[in-house]
Amino acid sequence: MRKKNKYFWGIAILFLFIGLSPTARAEEPAVLLTNGADISWVLVSAALVFLMTPGLAFFYGGLVRKKNMLSILMQCFILICMITLQWVLFGYSLSFGPDIRGFIGNFSWAGLQGVTLDPFAAYSATIPHQLFMIYQAMFAIITPGLILGAFAERMKFSAFCFFSILWATFVYDPVCHWIWGAGGFLRNMGVLDFAGGIVVHINAGIAALVCALVLGKRKGYPNHMSPPHNLPFAVLGAGLLWFGWFGFNGGSALGANRLAVSAMVVSHIAGAAAGLTWALLEWKFNAKPTMLGMITGAVAGLATITPAAGFVGPIDAIWIGALASLVCFFCVAVIKTKFNYDDSLDAFGVHGVGGILGTLATGLWATKAVNPAGNNGLFYGNPELFLIQLKAVVITIVYSLVVSWVLLKLVDAVIGLRVSEDEERIGLDLTQHRESGYTMLD
Amino acid sequence: MRYIVAIIQPDRLDEVLRILEEKEIHLVTVSNVLGRGRQKGISEVYRGHKENGRLLKKIKLEIAVNEEFVKPTVDAIIQGARTNHIGDGKIFVLDLKECFRIRTGETGKTAIG
Repeated sequence: MRKKNKYFWGIAILFLFIGLSPTARAEEPAVLLTNGADISWVLVSAALVFLMTPGLAFFYGGLVRKKNMLSILMQCFILICMITLQWVLFGYSLSFGPDIRGFIGNFSWAGLQGVTLDPFAAYSATIPHQLFMIYQAMFAIITPGLILGAFAERMKFSAFCFFSILWATFVYDPVCHWIWGAGGFLRNMGVLDFAGGIVVHINAGIAALVCALVLGKRKGYPNHMSPPHNLPFAVLGAGLLWFGWFGFNGGSALGANRLAVSAMVVSHIAGAAAGLTWALLEWKFNAKPTMLGMITGAVAGLATITPAAGFVGPIDAIWIGALASLVCFFCVAVIKTKFNYDDSLDAFGVHGVGGILGTLATGLWATKAVNPAGNNGLFYGNPELFLIQLKAVVITIVYSLVVSWVLLKLVDAVIGLRVSEDEERIGLDLTQHRESGYTMLD
Repeated sequence: MRYIVAIIQPDRLDEVLRILEEKEIHLVTVSNVLGRGRQKGISEVYRGHKENGRLLKKIKLEIAVNEEFVKPTVDAIIQGARTNHIGDGKIFVLDLKECFRIRTGETGKTAIG
């Protein structure tokens, strides 16, 4: 009996010691000093990037039919909840934790173990590690959000939840580690992806294309589709996305510094150039410039400048923006029609194509004059960078394509991906959520 | 003169309008309506409170035609709206007493076309 008691106290003291140890560590003088200005800017940036997911919800929501409005909002908001927990419990550890063969992080930071309020030098020397973690969480949330544009109006809610969690774990986390994680093999190869052209846009865009192909077309597509139910909502959403993008790209400098300014300036310029270009293209080819066309162009431009933001100069950003609209316009208007797949809200056509274009453009226009820690691109005398960028693009496309396909097939086999024909006709709001976005009677 | 009222599934509207057009029936009024038939609606739930409206969205077509166009119109609606599922809708044909065209003051058969 006495012996047992001793045993108990031994364990209790051990737990007390473990429990107290982080506090004890925090009281020691930190090796790295945090910087108040940097912390402020990254805190604000995290909030800005967070707002992009509700923004995306309204951007996409305005484009679907009335009967599916809530399903889009719901999918975006449930991602905020699910991916945040996934990120905290193990996603952050897989993405940024101690490296396993350049491919993925290990589980040692699971549950944010060791992710403290001190800086972690390999990622951000002047802000607390937890701030870097929560800033990155916002990227992990919006990336599967981008994909849902491809299967809008026809995917079962349960299947969506399973697919998103699996995709975040098996596609987003590894690809994020390759590019941004310490020890990631593409990072070591010298790939430049400032704010997520590869990690976010190519990754999600390719998964979106796979989703559109695996789920098949919506009933009545393409000849009997209603127009977007609320374009003002789509414009509101695009405005929030543009606003949030300043945190997405500007915040990726991870500090309140010259690089953040440069990234924000070129992002804004590219978005403006792309919105204008798209409007002009429509004026020329479709009789009139449209509101939807203009915001699509702006989003394409912002997606395209994302990987290049911290590496290119302001005038080159105009070229990148204009090019983004030219290529994405061609993809959405010509290629999609020709190959007749139903990428409902152009998640691939805008984000996938924009991401690929931007990553390659970084290999052309990057210059050390903007960011000494970056590299020179082809137009600044270094053709090697372009090849590295191209290699990263191809590797990511192949990986995202194959793994997304496998995950979709898996979810399809277990619970089925698509709603029934009747449910699709009645709408996802009523059949998946038992709610209506709008009342018809007072 | 007859007044044809049809209640159909919203997603069949395009097809019905196309076939009507083919048969040269151009004049039609369309409205959003809520309704329920034998299939019953789906009840909505808000914060746990169940709404018992149980109504589904439908489309109402109203078409005024002269006698010789009654059959083509009804045929067109049936052809376009039938999916063989419960809830495909109904067509009602009513007698129409009079019709005036506001712009010209014409009445009766000539005013309809």
